[in-house]
Amino acid sequence: MKCRTIVGGYGIGNALLTVESINFLSMIDTEKGIIDDMHHELFGRCIKGAVLVFPGAIGSSVGAYAIYSLKVNGVAPTAIICSNKADITTASGCAISNIPLVDSPDVESFLAIRSGMEVKVDADNNRVCLTNRTV
Amino acid sequence: MELTREEEKLLKGEGGESLAVAYRILLAIGEATEAEKLIPVKWAHLSGVNYNTIGDSGMAFLEKFSKNATVAIRTTINPMGFDESKTPNLSDEFIQKQMSIVRSYRMLGTTTSFTCVPYEIFEIPEKGSPVSFAESNAAVYSNSILGLLSNKESALSALASSITGKSPYSNLLLDKFRHAKVTIKPDYNLSTELDYGLLGYFAGNTVRDNCICVDMCKEKLDTIKAKALSAAIGTSGSCGMFTNEENNQQEVITCGKEEVNTIKDELSTAEGGDLIALGSPQLGLNELHLLAGLINGKRLTKRCIVFCARAVHNQSTQTGLIDQIENAGVEFMCDSCTCLTPLITRTDFDSVITNSVKAAYYLKNSNRIGVSLKDLKAIVKEYAN
Repeated sequence: MKCRTIVGGYGIGNALLTVESINFLSMIDTEKGIIDDMHHELFGRCIKGAVLVFPGAIGSSVGAYAIYSLKVNGVAPTAIICSNKADITTASGCAISNIPLVDSPDVESFLAIRSGMEVKVDADNNRVCLTNRTV
Repeated sequence: MELTREEEKLLKGEGGESLAVAYRILLAIGEATEAEKLIPVKWAHLSGVNYNTIGDSGMAFLEKFSKNATVAIRTTINPMGFDESKTPNLSDEFIQKQMSIVRSYRMLGTTTSFTCVPYEIFEIPEKGSPVSFAESNAAVYSNSILGLLSNKESALSALASSITGKSPYSNLLLDKFRHAKVTIKPDYNLSTELDYGLLGYFAGNTVRDNCICVDMCKEKLDTIKAKALSAAIGTSGSCGMFTNEENNQQEVITCGKEEVNTIKDELSTAEGGDLIALGSPQLGLNELHLLAGLINGKRLTKRCIVFCARAVHNQSTQTGLIDQIENAGVEFMCDSCTCLTPLITRTDFDSVITNSVKAAYYLKNSNRIGVSLKDLKAIVKEYAN
């Protein structure tokens, strides 16, 4: 799958897929990496070691520090895919945390991503690979 | 995004580690927003000051970052966790960590304004000036009301702009992104600041463009209502600007009473509360005057904390406004704000009364406290006699 690189690097993990945006300041427990907003589609799910596939960050500008906290606390996603264009909060948070970040994946292949699928994000080569095998 | 030769060198670390980190951030957001280049900005306003918002990792990051960096442009900063002039009823650990963060910002050479309403305190650059504002209400307000050009920056992108003096030339810095594709049309009469807050929350949550059109009479939009609208738009979404310029190509989305009531029910979880908290964003002079008028000669029956910037407090002390409001039983907290405040916890309070949609969102979701949303006039009517 072709995509656009925002922050380079390589990451592999199970896809954690959501169509809902995330306010990183108020919706995630940054010590455990668990989404703790009851109203969010991913409520109770852990993003540690996953490839987070989501539309982007909303709300607080401090969300960028929350992404960095996830990394320092060892519970960050291995890579992030933004379904449309990456936003400033996600891009800046990933930039200082060295979390590979890609966006704008081509639509057809993007629709093939299912939660739990193994995803390899090769941000240095603008590429994402999917396999049906779960990690 | 193209970097100049000089910028490339700084990215590679020739100007030190902090400038390299800053250019790495600017490059990432420049790529994300498809900027062609970086341009100079006149003012940076930083979020990520309250220890509750950035935690240990943010504190350590800033300590290291500030060791070899200095701001290149006017840089103001958001509220911290408590009023610096009072002894806070907080753990020594919190106070020490908070003061470490404050030291880092002082080391960077920022103006430690501790305010989320810099636009009500500092001299505003001429219309059309590019700035880099992280605090979301300040970005939305400045774009929409003051004609400044700011993206809805992140805490880190504004920090990067503060020491480089630059920001990617993209999104709301460009005229073509400052026109709305969608209009939000309320089908009921807006009267209180809470009405505007709820409408803003709906608008931000519904439209994820850079700019949205809100169908309303801008003349009726005084500073207080504009602040409520801006703060709520900033809280629920990713939009950085509102306008009321309609054109016939816009998609129209109606915001009915039902939609607004759903949002209110979600945020307002309690009938009343043990405390009235006013200020997210911090109250400005207009709001203090309004409050003073409403409670003149009355006494509050509930504890009430007003969060405001020290600059506003100092000015209002001289005019006697603070005394007037304190006489009704109000306590002032400077340098801090309702948003993720350590001063209002579940241990001490079951629920809090506020007129701010932004405060309600963070009190409920981050402080995990019950909230009762009411407009200011209703609060005074119910809790003062």
